[in-house]
Amino acid sequence: MIKIKNISKSFDDKEVINGISGEFVKGKTNLIIGASGTGKSVLLKCIVGLIQPDTGNVFYDLRNFTEADKEMKSEIRREIGMLFQGGALFDSKNVEENIMFPLNILTRMSAADKIERVNFCLQRVGLEGVNKKMPSEISGGMKKRVGIARAIVNNPNYLFCDEPNSGLDPQTSIVIDELIMEITHEFDITTVVVTHDMNSVMGIGERVMFLHKGHKLWDGSNKDIAHSGVQELEEFVFTNKIMKNLKVG
Amino acid sequence: MKGFGRYIIFLGSLFVRRETFMTYYKLTMEECINIGVKSILLFVLVSSFMGGVTTLQTGANLVSPFVPRFIISNVVREMTILELAPTIMAIIYAGKVGSSMSGGLGTMRITEQIDALEVMGINAASYLVLPKIVASLMMYPLLVIISGICALLGGYLVGTLTEILTPTEYVYGIRYSFNEFFISFALIKSFVFAFLIASISSFKGYFTKGGALEVGIASTQAVTASIIAILLADYFLAYLLL
Ligand SMILES: Nc1ncnc2c1ncn2[C@@H]1O[C@H](COP(=O)(O)OP(=O)(O)OP(=O)(O)O)[C@@H](O)[C@H]1O
Ligand SMILES: [Mg+2]
Repeated sequence: MIKIKNISKSFDDKEVINGISGEFVKGKTNLIIGASGTGKSVLLKCIVGLIQPDTGNVFYDLRNFTEADKEMKSEIRREIGMLFQGGALFDSKNVEENIMFPLNILTRMSAADKIERVNFCLQRVGLEGVNKKMPSEISGGMKKRVGIARAIVNNPNYLFCDEPNSGLDPQTSIVIDELIMEITHEFDITTVVVTHDMNSVMGIGERVMFLHKGHKLWDGSNKDIAHSGVQELEEFVFTNKIMKNLKVG
Repeated sequence: MKGFGRYIIFLGSLFVRRETFMTYYKLTMEECINIGVKSILLFVLVSSFMGGVTTLQTGANLVSPFVPRFIISNVVREMTILELAPTIMAIIYAGKVGSSMSGGLGTMRITEQIDALEVMGINAASYLVLPKIVASLMMYPLLVIISGICALLGGYLVGTLTEILTPTEYVYGIRYSFNEFFISFALIKSFVFAFLIASISSFKGYFTKGGALEVGIASTQAVTASIIAILLADYFLAYLLL
């Protein structure tokens, strides 16, 4: 479980996120949703420590990450896997080397064990036999899957995904979403997904946190999202539903 | 000035939270191949031509019968060792290696590859940049030595084939009143330039913000800033050491 308390962050006097608290539950897919530019990515980066928040603390299973010393920080980092918006695969390494990279850096496994683990993860994301392909030779959806494989290769306790299905067609989006949810349940991971896609919210939003202009306005399960009573959230859901109906019709 | 301060902080950050020695060793070797071995051909080409052209032009300008012909190769030697090999080649090196370092790091920045390294708990600056600087310090002086030799050979070929001077004269001029310190000076210069180019280009690339357009801008800035730094350093080193 991850708990955040009163996280704020400004860039040059411009407040981007403002006093956000909440918790992300283990073994569930926790979504952070909101319109573009509301600070979702900034919040996610504060949680994983890529951005230092101005105020507030992040707790990974009661360990205070924000105020942790170097050893504690790197210990927690070893338990984190992250999928970036564009996949963020290393261009100079092939698929296999990309997935193996965290193992090389963080563990002392033997070469054979590493290969076996890489192949297991590749098979888990439904991509066997692309080991030797370079990132430039595979499609966007495959990159995301390789990114997921790299994120889970070291058995993380925490998985973060920034817009896992942006730029993908609706079908592939669903496949990626379901893959994330399955992996979360299978390995009992605390998963945090940033998205503004209503399909994802309805599909995998076991817990949802809604951000609006840097403030948290609502959280709960996707079942309750239609009658939240929060006007901004209703607008957000509603505009998206119209789009969804348009797509179907 | 703010930029200079950030540059110094950046250099400091390369030496904290490092990985194991083996990791750096492997990365450094890869970089040596990338920036050293793959630059040899360009350096050989450019320096041979520069040696040849310098010989031709010096020969064309020294028409007085009172000046012995071997002075031509003597002039070629002085120019090559002091200025052409270390300094002019540094500008070419900045254009070839500096821009690719900055472009590579800039692309890694905007595609979040640097963030991915940081999330894994790696000091990305140190992991990516230190091997480049070390490889540059190892390779550039070697490239300077190679281009010095090539320039003198190029001068020899052009000088003797066009019969500006005889092989004996050329070799005599090369050996005439030779000051070994100039070689040390050229090597000192090449270490300084290697460091400046690699660190400035990495610095520019590492802090790229935005998209593909900014990566291009960062590369251009890296080359411009490197060249200015080279020229300033060239001036100060000559002032201090000669
Ligand atoms: N490094 C930064 N420096 C300055 N401003 C920033 C920085 N990162 C983000 N911002 C600003 O913070 C705001 C929120 O950005 P953020 O990327 O978190 O939005 P988002 O909710 O993830 O949007 P999207 O859905 O489009 O990805 C934006 O207005 C952006 O300009
Ligand atoms: Mg975002």
